[in-house]
Amino acid sequence: MRRTVIIGLVLATAACAGDRVASDTPTAAGFSSIPARHYGLGRAATPAEVAALDIDVGPDGEGLPAGSGTATLGADIYQKKCAMCHGPKGLGMPPAFPLIISRDPKAEGFKFASDPKLPKSIGNYWPDATTVFDYVRRAMPLLQPGSLTNDEVYALTAYLLAANEVIPMSATLDSASLMQVKMPYRDKFVPDDRRGGREVK
Amino acid sequence: MTKRMAGSTTELPPAARDAVTTPADESISRRDLIAGAAGAIGVAVAAGIPLVAGGQAAKAAPVAPVVPADPTKLQGAPTSQVGSRSTFFKPSRTPFGETVGNSLTPLQDLAGTITPADLHFERHHAGVPLIDPARHTLLIHGLVETPLMLTMDEVKRFPQVTRTYFIECSGNGRNAYREPKPDLTPQKVAGLVSNTEWTGVPLKVLLDEAGAKPEATWFLAEGGDACVMTRSIPMAKAMDDAMVVWTQNGEPLRPEQGFPLRLLLPGWEGNTSVKWLRRLELGTRPWATRWETSKYTDPLPDGTARQYSFDMDAKSIITAPAFPQVLSRGWWPVTGLAWTGRGRITRVEVSTDNGRSWTDAELTPTTGVKAPVRFTHYWEWNGKEAVLLSRATDETGYVQPTRKELLKVRGIGTDFHFNPIVGWKVAADGKVTFHGET
Ligand code: HEC
Repeated sequence: MRRTVIIGLVLATAACAGDRVASDTPTAAGFSSIPARHYGLGRAATPAEVAALDIDVGPDGEGLPAGSGTATLGADIYQKKCAMCHGPKGLGMPPAFPLIISRDPKAEGFKFASDPKLPKSIGNYWPDATTVFDYVRRAMPLLQPGSLTNDEVYALTAYLLAANEVIPMSATLDSASLMQVKMPYRDKFVPDDRRGGREVK
Repeated sequence: MTKRMAGSTTELPPAARDAVTTPADESISRRDLIAGAAGAIGVAVAAGIPLVAGGQAAKAAPVAPVVPADPTKLQGAPTSQVGSRSTFFKPSRTPFGETVGNSLTPLQDLAGTITPADLHFERHHAGVPLIDPARHTLLIHGLVETPLMLTMDEVKRFPQVTRTYFIECSGNGRNAYREPKPDLTPQKVAGLVSNTEWTGVPLKVLLDEAGAKPEATWFLAEGGDACVMTRSIPMAKAMDDAMVVWTQNGEPLRPEQGFPLRLLLPGWEGNTSVKWLRRLELGTRPWATRWETSKYTDPLPDGTARQYSFDMDAKSIITAPAFPQVLSRGWWPVTGLAWTGRGRITRVEVSTDNGRSWTDAELTPTTGVKAPVRFTHYWEWNGKEAVLLSRATDETGYVQPTRKELLKVRGIGTDFHFNPIVGWKVAADGKVTFHGET
């Protein structure tokens, strides 16, 4: 059985390579023609196992946990747990510690391609508010990643969005309100239109 | 030798012993970070915290070998458990930054196309995690028939394939593009690319095992490092040439390359080949993670930013002659690497007169798909000022652009995907310097 599989793989590859000559597809080495089969390896993961690892939050708010936090509480937590690296005002300490708070008028208008020095803060660059929650929860503070409670992450997200002038400093965020937040430059992000060929894009 | 080392280690006071035996002392580098962040370097020094990057204890200086006048008159060194490089060849990467950092491959020191595993470039967002393979698992869930939990032993029982693919960080070449200074080496210009023979399982085989549902259009790949790195990938790539690999040039992955398991997306920006892979979730839209919003997006002159820009376009660099070499008159191989994320390199041309005329270089090997070719053009230097350039073409007909062309369509501030034609200026005195303003 194992041998048939391996032969199958070899054949699939050979078939693809043959196709390439005919159709000139650049993905000659693909595995798409390997037939689906079941090896019976591994085991079904339990819902609890999945829940323990499945911490991602989507741009539509899917995956946001219960809990809430105010921007004012977030400001306190920020000063205690984040300011030592990102600075009391969120301006960072380049090059090691990035700027995260700024609405520098020079950077409004999304002219980043013409000036590498324009700061890409959360307010003048990030397309999705949920990314702040997802990233801070999984990766910050740098030296204690994963240590914040969901309420703390909501509060910090509220503070970072408020300090970046996306929502008011009086705001409270929970899953329902966070998924409603529209980032100022959301519509600036476009899909990749490079396709190879003669044109340089 | 080994014995003596072990003996001396046990005589050390406990703290120093830890410093010697801890493989990657994260706590020290982390304390450094805090100290650095607070600007309190004095505090760190007072606390006895070494301020070296990575916090590793300095290794004892190796004893300089005695080189015999005539090696044919003396028994050589004995056999050994693990080989080492000739003492006359000391290539090195360029560690930069603390745990959020990179380290570039010394392209100028290498020949052929394969990158030795210990010289593969590094780019991490939270340091190199130390993962016990016996405890590492891969979870596949979301839009699948059965959420599947696989141990490393189980992953390795699926049918295996071995393929050679490059990985290039899409930030490769940023400095040379923005500020083309004469004193850049090939390593500094383009050292965030490496090439490896990988062994693993087609991702499609694992997804078939879990029973991927047809409505899934994207999947999320997550790493087990301290930033739990995540990228969203279209399912079409999963069903094409994506692999999950555990072997690098015939041996288990190096920790810096994702030990024990990584995703491998041939031809796509390196960040998407998620290292220390622990979870794959199938869904119907991208997740907009930090690494595909704040980073790895490409601002364009029309005031937009390209997102989910995965493919690495065709690129080449002459790795010799290069700065800081000094040439004498006569014949020189002008040689380098060319690669494309879109399939095969079909042509590499070399110019020795700053782009006025071009000659086809010889390519070897010519079989690689999404793997570099080495190109060589034999050139006789006549002692006059010359500018050496290389230009790659791939099987889609894409021709590597000049820096001016790229500046026009992307701007100086664009952040990723830099593939301009670059080269080397040879002055009349033979000094070679970087030439990036093409
Ligand atoms: C010890 C220093 C340190 C501390 C403390 C810290 N950070 Fe960070 N932070 C970093 C570094 C370094 C990065 C860049 C990581 C990278 O590039 O992958 C970063 C990145 C970020 C980013 C993403 C920036 C971007 O442009 O993509 C956000 C948002 C952030 N941190 C928020 C926080 C918050 C909120 C806290 C407090 C809970 C915090 N950080 C605490 C060091 C720190």
